Order: sequence, then C-alpha cells, then structure tokens
Amino acid sequence: MQKHIISALVANKPGVLARVSGLFSARGFNIESLAVGETENPELSRMTIVVGGDETILEQVRKQLDKLIDTVKVQDFSNISHVERDLALVRVHSPVSRRSEVLELVQIFRARIVDVGHSEVMVELAGTEEKIEAFLDLVRPYGIREMARTGRIALGRSVNR
Amino acid sequence: MGKIGAEILIDALREQGVEHIFGLPGGAVITLYDKLYDSPLKTILARHEQGAGHMADGYARATGKVGVCVATSGPGATNLVTAIATAYMDSVPMLAITGQVKTNLIGNDAFQEADVTGITRPATKHNYLVRDVKELGRIVREAFYIASTGRPGPVLIDLPADVAAAETDEVDTALQLPGYKPTSGQGHARQIRKAAEAINNARRPVLYVGGGVIISGCHEGVRELARKGSIPITTTLMGLGSFPETDDLSLGMLGMHGTVYANYAVTHSDVLVAIGARFDDRITGKVDEFAPEAKIVHVDVDPTSIGKNVSVDIPVVGDAKKTLEELNQLIETRERGEWLQRIRQWKEEFPLTYDRNADVIKPQAVLEAIDRATEGKAIIATDVGQCQMWAAQYYRYSRPRTFLSSGGLGTMGFGLPAGIGAQFGCPDQTVFVVAGDGSLQMNIQEMATAVVNELPIKIALLNNGYLGMVRQWQELFFDRRYSHTYLAEGNPDFVKLAEAFGARGIRVEHPDRVQPAVEEAMRITDGPVLLDFHTDPEENVFPMVPVGQAIDRMISGMA
Ligand SMILES: Cc1ncc(C[n+]2csc(CCOP(=O)(O)OP(=O)(O)O)c2C)c(N)n1
Ligand SMILES: [Mg+2]
Repeated sequence: MQKHIISALVANKPGVLARVSGLFSARGFNIESLAVGETENPELSRMTIVVGGDETILEQVRKQLDKLIDTVKVQDFSNISHVERDLALVRVHSPVSRRSEVLELVQIFRARIVDVGHSEVMVELAGTEEKIEAFLDLVRPYGIREMARTGRIALGRSVNR
Repeated sequence: MGKIGAEILIDALREQGVEHIFGLPGGAVITLYDKLYDSPLKTILARHEQGAGHMADGYARATGKVGVCVATSGPGATNLVTAIATAYMDSVPMLAITGQVKTNLIGNDAFQEADVTGITRPATKHNYLVRDVKELGRIVREAFYIASTGRPGPVLIDLPADVAAAETDEVDTALQLPGYKPTSGQGHARQIRKAAEAINNARRPVLYVGGGVIISGCHEGVRELARKGSIPITTTLMGLGSFPETDDLSLGMLGMHGTVYANYAVTHSDVLVAIGARFDDRITGKVDEFAPEAKIVHVDVDPTSIGKNVSVDIPVVGDAKKTLEELNQLIETRERGEWLQRIRQWKEEFPLTYDRNADVIKPQAVLEAIDRATEGKAIIATDVGQCQMWAAQYYRYSRPRTFLSSGGLGTMGFGLPAGIGAQFGCPDQTVFVVAGDGSLQMNIQEMATAVVNELPIKIALLNNGYLGMVRQWQELFFDRRYSHTYLAEGNPDFVKLAEAFGARGIRVEHPDRVQPAVEEAMRITDGPVLLDFHTDPEENVFPMVPVGQAIDRMISGMA
C-alpha cells in the first residue's frame, strides 16, 4: 500500500478538524497521521495528513477534501519536491550504567536530551520518518517507556514556486 | 435603531426571494416565530419536523428554488435529520434553520440541547453554529449561495436562542468563502472535443442521464443531443422527466427495476454518455459487467462523482447545461438505423407489462389511469417501495421537476409532505402523491397540513397490506418467509382516517372503478382527497436485477 502526504489549507475555525476527520472515517479512508497547526495567515491552518491507499482512493480523498467548504487548498506531495519532518519525544530507559551508550546514540542522531530522571532520559528528535524509526530501532533494546509523536508535517520546496 | 437576530434572519430570507417556510415552533425558536407572526413570509405549520423538512425538499425539487424549514433545538432538530439526509443524498437545495440553547449553555447538556452541527455534519453540504448576531446576515447569504450552487445540497444554520434575540445595528453581509469554488462553467474544451469525437464515431451509443440534468436545467440540451445523434436515452430514477417517455428514443429507466431494453442497450453500447448521474449501485448492478463494451463519457459538476464507482474514459467536469451547449455544436447528425432497429426489437420483445385482465386492482393500472387523467403532466411525489417503482415505470413523465422521489436515501414517508411542499410551490399544477400503506403511516399527520391549507393534492394509496418491497425480496430470496412485513391486519381504514382529518376519502376495490375514481379526484379542487386503492397484495415489481448481478440478468416474472 502506498503512502501519501496530503497537505490541506483549511479555515482556522471550530469544527473544521471534525469535518476532516469525519470525512475520513465516513468514507473508510485510513489516516496514518494527522498534524494541525497555524500558518503564516492566522485565518488558516495547515493539516498534514498521511494516508495509505491506491491511486483511486487517493484521488477520492483529495477531491473530497477539496469539496469541503472550509478547505482552501489541497496538495498531494507525492510528486512534489518537499521537506517533511516528524517530531518525537521518547522516554528511554537508561540506568546510569548504560546511560553513556544512549547519549552516544542521541549525539549521532543529533537528538537532544530534554529531561533526565534516575533511570531514564527523555529524548527529543526531529527528522524524517526513516530517521526517527532508525533511532527508535536502536534504543528499543534499552526499553522505550513512553513515546509521543507529532505525525508528519511538510512544505513544498521553493523550486516548485 | 438596531435589529434583533430573528429580524435579520427574516430580512435575509426575504432578500433571497424566500416566500414559504415550513416548520414547527418550540422554545429555542420562539423569538423567531414571534417575528414570523407578522412577517410577509408564509409560514406553514407542519405536524412533525420530518414533515416540514420533506415539504421544503418537495418545494425545492418542484420549483428549483431553495426550500426552507425550521425546527426548535434538541428533538425538533433531530426530527429534521432524516429530511436533511434525504435532501443531501439527492442534491436538493435546502436551508434548515434550527434553534439552539443559549450560547452560555452550549455543551452543558442543557434542556433540549443536542449537538446539531455535529449530528448533521455528514448529511449537509455545510453547516453553521451562529455565535454572534453580527455574523448572521453573512451566514444566511453564504448558506443560500452554498445550497444552490455547484452540486446543490442542504445547509443548516443552528441559531442559539440568545443570538436570535440579540440586538445589533452592525450586519456584516460580505461572503467569506475563500475555500468554496463551485464548478459553474462548461467542461474543459479538449475533453468536450474528445467526447464529441467518441459520440460521433459510436455505432451503438446510449445516453444515461440522471438528476443532474434536472438540477442544471439542461433537458433541452439533452433532447437536442439525443435527436441530433439519434441516440437512445435512458434515465435514472432521479432523471425521470428529463426526456419525454413517449418519444421513440426513450428507453425509460435503467438499473435494478429498469426496463429490459434499457439494460440491454447499456450492456451492448459502445459509447455510454453519462450526464449528471453517479453510477449508483442500483444502476450498475455488478460493476465489472456494467457496459463492458463501452467507452464511458461522464459529464458531472461534482469532481468526486467522476471515477468513484466505475473508471471513466472521458471525464468532463462542468455544468451540464453549459457543457451540452458546447458539445451539441460538435455533434454530427446521424441515423444509426441499425442500432435503433435492434432497440425497437428489444422493446417489442420485452415490454413493461402486467396482467391487464386480472379481477383485482393491479397497482400498475392505477398509475396508467393517473397518466391518462393527467396526460402525463402532473407532479408525482412518491413514497418508497414497490409503489415508488411502479410510479417510475408506469407513469410517462415528459417534463422535468415532475417526479419527486427519495432516490438516494429511500425514505419512506417522503411522498405526502413532499407533495404538500410541491403544491405550495406550484399552486396551478396537479399534484399526485403515490403512497404505500406502510410509508403513508410514517407521515400521515401531514394530512392535517394539507387540509388546513386547502391543498387540492390527490393521494393515490397503493394499499397492498404489506411492506411490499420487503415482502417481494422475502418471496424471491427468503423462501416466502414473510417476516414482519404484513400490515393489513393493523392497517387503519384509510378512508375513515382521511375523513377524520377533514379530507375526502374514496375506497376503490374493483379494477373497473380505478379510472372513474381518478377522474373524480381530479374534480375535487378545494382540498385533499385520498384514493384508497386495494391492490393485489402479492404483485411484484418486474423486471428486477437481483443485488450484485449484471444488469442484463433480469428476472422478468415469477417462474
Ligand atoms: C424509513 C424507512 N424504513 C424502512 C425502509 C425499508 N423499506 C423499503 S421499502 C419498504 C416497504 C414499503 O412499504 P409500503 O410503503 O407499503 O410500500 P410498498 O412496497 O408496499 O408499495 C421498507 C420497509 C425504508 N426504505 N425507509
Ligand atoms: Mg404496501
């Protein structure tokens, strides 16, 4: 199954998120991640949605999103040069005896330690999904106690303009 | 001097040309009703909000204008939901106004509070919760614009009681719809050229037209296309009336209960031109075997309809009317004698038919009698079930906006209130409601609305004593196990019931009495009349394509 990053500029109003998520659930489209935030224009938010499905499904998703009255613009980044990022906060089990190993990984991935406890550290890591997955793979043996991720956000590169 | 919300709302409605409002009051809309009391708008009191909703819907379908309905908060609004969903599925322009609890109580589970914008979100084209009286004028304008443009649909405005009563002298009216760009022009010129080429080169073309043709008002264009190219034409349930069924080129309806010849023609076509239709599963049957030999041209105003259910060779996104104006100029005159001959043979071999010599009343005969008495020119509002299908098959529609039926949602109880709404919108036309005994009981309370307003609507009740369509499926596919579909033992005496409401009632039990009874009803012009036709309880709708079968595999009668 192919994954697509869809970016929708929508009115920054109550109820819009419910409209978008309702559309996905009503039509049986599967959302992998969804991130919402303000844009340079306070009246608009950008929703970055990662969906799986074949071309036909994607075509429907795009058209249905576009049809919502509150949607100003919909872009599919699949064929557009873009930058994408995901942010993860991870609490990694790391007793003092093994902490240096964890810190080394943190350095290699250019992640940051944002909180320290007796037997664990909290790591903040931003990057592409692959980078985050790779990091998680490596720290998993130490024990991931808790994790939060933002889901992907993306913007088209200036070459597209 | 400022105005209060209710006055702003009424002014905005009048500015949009509204003349009729269908509704039922309650606490959350009492201020609005107070202002309606001496406004020039004609406010019609329904006896149930669902009735009010279908009235607005029938009004809109018959006139092409936006229908307006009102309900109070909570249960009033939830009662409207079925009517809103019905309008949504059939792309009917409608404005539903619901009262809401005061803004400071929203979210508190207050008395008669319901999350109405939440509940109706998937069943409206758009909806609003008004938080500030200053926005109200703009919201009403936006609502009308959204409801009536592009692919039309219902829009709901949820109006808290305090906002309706709040005073302001600032009314902002400029639309703020940066994200709404309805398709309004013709399709892409290159696509239109491709479509014309495909049609001109076709040997066995078929036009398949749906409700979009009626909505865009392009029936003339469709007629021109069909006649110029000698192209046989079939309509969906929603498309009935877009082409005169008395014409040689007419194939009648296609799909599950379509004619054999329409389904054969589609199956054997080499180019299928869909206009304002959406390849619904009741039309296509088994999708893989639908029009297997055809190149498919699809003209539709809604991009999401194209390529949703079947893959399309030549998509044309555009308003059907403007697109046809362009397309017709490129269509070459053709005879297509061989193809039309083949269709003529199918028509002779497999006509729509029933037992005309039976000694019980056949429901089909009732429709034919109405057709004769009204010369195919009445507005027919139907319920759902067998009665709906017979109304589609045996009345020969010739004008758009004369067949009013819940196609997409299939809402029982639609007929009577929709007929009432249509009669308000078209006071000079004859309106017949073709009702089922099950369906009629779902909104029978609206008899009162018809009586009080002295509407000369005629209700032809096809009283078969069953939830007939379900019984038919049970007969065909469930071994005649008639589980919970028998109505006769509990049915009221419909004639007495009509009389109890103050309407006329005529019982008809013999085939010879069918035509005279219809004629008699035609002479009653000062109020509603109910014709209680006791029809053959086990008559079935044929032909029939079983669910999931290819549409050329029809059952044409009981073995
Ligand atoms: C509100 C609603 N409930 C249930 C159904 C399912 N249904 C479809 S047709 C039908 C029978 C309708 O009976 P009646 O109105 O007597 O019409 P008939 O088929 O007998 O002509 C039923 C129950 C429906 N379409 N709508
Ligand atoms: Mg019945």
